[in-house]
Amino acid sequence: MAIFVNENTKVIVQGLTGGQGKFHGLRNRAYGTQVVGGVTPGKGGQDVEGIPVFDSVADAVKATGADASFIAVPPKAAPAAILEAAMAGVRFIVCITEGIPAQDEARVFNTLQRDFPGTRLLGPNCPGIISPGKCNIGITAGEIAELPSVKGPNVGIVSRSGTLTYQALYELKQKGIGVSTCVGIGGDPVPGTSFVDCLAEFEKDPETHAIIMIGEIGGSAEEEAAEFIKKNVTKPMSAYIAGVTAPAGKKMGHAGAIVSGGKGTAQGKMDALRAAGVKVGLNPTEAGSLMAEIVAGLR
Amino acid sequence: MDLFEYQGKQYFARFDIPVSPGGPADTVEESVKVAEASGYPVVVKAQVQVGGRGKAGGIKLANNADEVRLHAGNILGMDIKGHVVKRVWIEHASDIDEEYYASFTLDRAAKQHLLMLSAQGGVDIEEVAERDPDAIVKLHINPVTGLDEATAKKAAVDAKIPAKAQDGVASILVKLYRCFTEGDCDLAEINPLILKPTGEVHALDAKVSLDNNAAFRHPEWDEYRATEELDAREQLAREKDLQYIGLDGTVGIIANGAGLAMSTLDVVNQVGGTAANFLDIGGGANADQMAGALEVINFDKNVKSIFINIFGGITRGEEVAKGIVEALSRVDLRAPIVIRLDGTNAEEGREILKNAGIPESKLTSKPTMLEAAKAAVELAKK
Ligand SMILES: Nc1ncnc2c1ncn2[C@@H]1O[C@H](COP(=O)(O)OP(=O)(O)OP(=O)(O)O)[C@@H](O)[C@H]1O
Ligand SMILES: [Mg+2]
Repeated sequence: MAIFVNENTKVIVQGLTGGQGKFHGLRNRAYGTQVVGGVTPGKGGQDVEGIPVFDSVADAVKATGADASFIAVPPKAAPAAILEAAMAGVRFIVCITEGIPAQDEARVFNTLQRDFPGTRLLGPNCPGIISPGKCNIGITAGEIAELPSVKGPNVGIVSRSGTLTYQALYELKQKGIGVSTCVGIGGDPVPGTSFVDCLAEFEKDPETHAIIMIGEIGGSAEEEAAEFIKKNVTKPMSAYIAGVTAPAGKKMGHAGAIVSGGKGTAQGKMDALRAAGVKVGLNPTEAGSLMAEIVAGLR
Repeated sequence: MDLFEYQGKQYFARFDIPVSPGGPADTVEESVKVAEASGYPVVVKAQVQVGGRGKAGGIKLANNADEVRLHAGNILGMDIKGHVVKRVWIEHASDIDEEYYASFTLDRAAKQHLLMLSAQGGVDIEEVAERDPDAIVKLHINPVTGLDEATAKKAAVDAKIPAKAQDGVASILVKLYRCFTEGDCDLAEINPLILKPTGEVHALDAKVSLDNNAAFRHPEWDEYRATEELDAREQLAREKDLQYIGLDGTVGIIANGAGLAMSTLDVVNQVGGTAANFLDIGGGANADQMAGALEVINFDKNVKSIFINIFGGITRGEEVAKGIVEALSRVDLRAPIVIRLDGTNAEEGREILKNAGIPESKLTSKPTMLEAAKAAVELAKK
């Protein structure tokens, strides 16, 4: 078991003929992921090291039976690419594109919610998802993820920041702790998948026994997660929030102050998580050590 | 990118939002000229990118040229919350019957647009929000369906805007929403939105923040870029397309990814050091970007050591290593580097660094973030 993806997930890469798409698509395949096709308009019929390329997602899905898509196209093209995948019936979309305008993200998210409720978007601007030994979609270097152990306990990882996702994987690897699934939800203003979505799945997943959450300053996603944890998460958790010493962003208008009401600081987020029973570390290594203690207790 | 009030008003005008006639001025004499053209009485307004200018004495009414000279003379050069006034905006003074508040932002929690509207606008809006939160109507707008005139009018009614102003407010809300969405704003705020004795509704202030990610479809933003308030280090970083924020410490920081960069700051702080900057070289950083980043850091005279913290995802280890080697041949770095390199192709990267023949006094490699931070802080204290 794992969340969102597993060994049966069939992936197409939108942008497979581009630099990023090719590099990471091939690496994902080398890891063992079923990368069954690529999509680049106008390049249908070609192939990238044996992976067939199609003109549209619909063609690719028809020919390969893919149920997931990995989007690695530039910001201008990404919103349309996401909607094209949803329209073609893709169930799980991972978009790593960085720099999509917030207005486009908000429109895409709400379009998916209204017209394609069966489709889940991970990202944009995220590192992707890896279920070690089963499926790796995105830019994570597979070798830094520790395989889950049959006996457990195994840990689920959910993180907003890309590089801190790897850092978390790395901390667990150093300690020999297995990972069930590691999800990078991305740090953009409107992520397709939230902390709460991931926590709910981890709570249900029998292969996940504990959860690490990596957040950062800004927004209120961590506070919402804390609320959810209090009510719905029974599995033990550790967390780290980046940005304790980050310079406060200057704010111009009053809108932020009226809405946020003290939310958004690293301290506020850490307090909320602690109040929900989460063990909070002051750096990624400490969050890893706290998780090691939790895991030792579960063994 | 934040706009000055006068730029915000120019941006509003593109979307037909009514603003007062006026103009910018950088000197006292220019101020008088603009005032004569705008028609007395005028208001002299400090142009700084921070709220609460009125309360800080940066906004004054002037009835004639002498008063303009007096106020412009005082306001130019004034320090408002750390922002020095280099320019004023002079506009015709309006007769005001009432002051309202209106803004559009993205509510990240609800993943929808948020309209906030109040009949009790003006310089005390934040106190209103605290004392009487119900005086501010909050309406979520689905970005797919948008905002129509009828919904805007209903919001005006709910906000207890008097009947005579409701249509005027609704019409401005629809225009401000267009400015927010088509104009790619993170924030579009009018405070105060005024009702004049003549019954017209009109924007007296403009707080606009633009979404940098949308710059590719807004060539008209180039002129705003030119007036942005950046220090010399930030200017250089901008030219090199790097995410950089200047700070006051002694450890220069380069990391890939905003999260890791923030975490690097945290760790440096925890082991007793201070960061000279925040610098995210981004996901796809290559040799050129790394060399550019080192040049920017080298430009900062306070930097005593440089901590490069890279965890390879999109950024490949060998690219990072090549960048460092190239940068060391291009620029004469004043401070030693401590590097921690992991992730994609980290092995290859470390190999390149080892074989480049760089002396230990210029570059050391550490296996973990914590050890690297300690080493960098140690060097910075020497
Ligand atoms: N053109 C004008 N005519 C008459 N009064 C004006 C004019 N411009 C500003 N004022 C008065 O000055 C007050 C403060 O001006 P404004 O809102 O532009 O600056 P501010 O103090 O920076 O605002 P904020 O508190 O929203 O940050 C207004 O609420 C209004 O009463
Ligand atoms: Mg104002």
